[in-house]
Amino acid sequence: MAIRQLTVFVENKQGSLVAITEMLSENNINIRALSIAETEDFGILRLIVNDEVSAEKILADAGYLIRMTDVVGVKIGDAPGKLSATLKVLDENNINMEYLYAFMARTEKHAYVVLRVEDNDMTEKVLEDAGFHLITQADICKL
Amino acid sequence: MAQNYYQKEIETMPIEEMKKLQSEKLVKQVKHVYENVPYYRNLMNEKGIKPEDVHGIDDLHKLPFLTKTDLRDAYPYGLLAKPLDDCVRIQSTSGTTGRRVVAFYTQHDIDLWEDCCARAITATGATKKDVCQVAYGYGLFTGGPGLNGGSHKVGCLTLPMSSGNTERQIQFMMDLNASLICCTPSYAAYIGETLREQGYKPEDIPLKAGIFGAEPWTEEMRKGIEATLGIKAYDIYGLTETTGPGVAFECSEQTGMHINEDHFYAEIIDPDTGEVLPEGSKGELVFTSLDKEAFPLLRYRTRDICVLSRKKCSCGRTLIKMAKPMGRTDDMLIIRGVNVFPSQIETVLLNEGYQPNYQIIVDRVKNTDTFEVNVEMSPEQFTDKVGEILAMEKTLAEAMKAMLGINPAVHLVAPKSIARSEGKAVRVIDKRKLV
Repeated sequence: MAIRQLTVFVENKQGSLVAITEMLSENNINIRALSIAETEDFGILRLIVNDEVSAEKILADAGYLIRMTDVVGVKIGDAPGKLSATLKVLDENNINMEYLYAFMARTEKHAYVVLRVEDNDMTEKVLEDAGFHLITQADICKL
Repeated sequence: MAQNYYQKEIETMPIEEMKKLQSEKLVKQVKHVYENVPYYRNLMNEKGIKPEDVHGIDDLHKLPFLTKTDLRDAYPYGLLAKPLDDCVRIQSTSGTTGRRVVAFYTQHDIDLWEDCCARAITATGATKKDVCQVAYGYGLFTGGPGLNGGSHKVGCLTLPMSSGNTERQIQFMMDLNASLICCTPSYAAYIGETLREQGYKPEDIPLKAGIFGAEPWTEEMRKGIEATLGIKAYDIYGLTETTGPGVAFECSEQTGMHINEDHFYAEIIDPDTGEVLPEGSKGELVFTSLDKEAFPLLRYRTRDICVLSRKKCSCGRTLIKMAKPMGRTDDMLIIRGVNVFPSQIETVLLNEGYQPNYQIIVDRVKNTDTFEVNVEMSPEQFTDKVGEILAMEKTLAEAMKAMLGINPAVHLVAPKSIARSEGKAVRVIDKRKLV
């Protein structure tokens, strides 16, 4: 059910991010969503792309430190209060979140949230029970 | 001009006479060691050398070398040449795991060591009228006790401050008119900076001279210290294995350090072949203790790369001079006064489940050493959670601190991101400009 997040280790050096995005664009890979967590010395780039298998291979071949992680994708309405409603469900079910980031789709009037949690199955279940629509990797390609 | 000798007869002894004195002492010393140190006796027997084969200093080259490995193998009593009853003191190196050196002293050994330090103090022009502030660490480290003893011998009023607590150092210096200070050069620079920040000008500071050693320093640093403190800065050399500070000391000419060669005979050897090189050659410095009783190392290889010179010195001393050490034959680094071997970092990494792909970066910022270790992470160790990576860095830094005694800044980096030269990673980048 989950969507697949590609995590890349990025050194805090000028040009290191553009090197990655260029490599992806040259291979016709489209980035749907991203987030960067940074420290003084390094950044962690998290990507949701339309073709994660190719992206992983391209970056691995280029020597990048990468990791593929299953994350939960959930569709929420594009209106005030929608994110809070989602988070409230997680809170009520004692689900601990590591981090999250959001993105919009081009076609429909919806926002999407990517959730990194310890227990994907449990999270998906409580969200679905609460009436949320989850998205899959296949959906990502169609967005 | 005052001559500034503590033991003039020795310090200005004609070379031939010195050689005779050294020869007499060596013959006795070899016999003493052979009879009392089974460890060295075995080394001599293996080489087929008997004490009778050593007639004078020219026969020294026949004797086997001692290395740091021997010291470790013989720890703690294996090189002791006197009954413990006759010993009155131990001193020890900063002691990184497995490499700690414990040296023993009889009262005779302490006396000759303190004489050496007294020569260094007197060479700065200090007399019993001076106030000597000893801001080296006291304790197992030889710096404090050595200069403290030398200061007593000269008759200076001695301020046994030990290191640290800069506010108190400054208070005593100003209130009690310290005229000579002994400490590490980096601490002298720090005290100087602090005084400047507090608004003191060099002419407000009562110091006239300083004796600085125990870590590498540059001419540039010397000029800086001399300018901020308004003093003349003298270099001093020594190592615990030999005795401590005072093995060699600088005179007013400031062109190298006179070796107290009536006690410590210096040779320069080719570090690869062990062959003794002629005066003026660059090579590894080797010391033979000519008259220490309890811990008399013969032909101890210091691993310091150095040059000796018998050029006539304007101070009138005939004692041979050594240049500031120009490097090491091993890969040992001295960081904040602590001996660090890259192999220790490697051990920590293997213990903690990392590949030994690392790089040590040392620099000096505001006269303090910075110490960073970059470590390559494997794909299995990489995670999308920042907190976990920071925790891994912290764990590694703590393990290194436990091994080395000083705290590095650890950075995890991507695999193969550490520069390699001919396929081999460059392990150490020392940006400190020390030579």
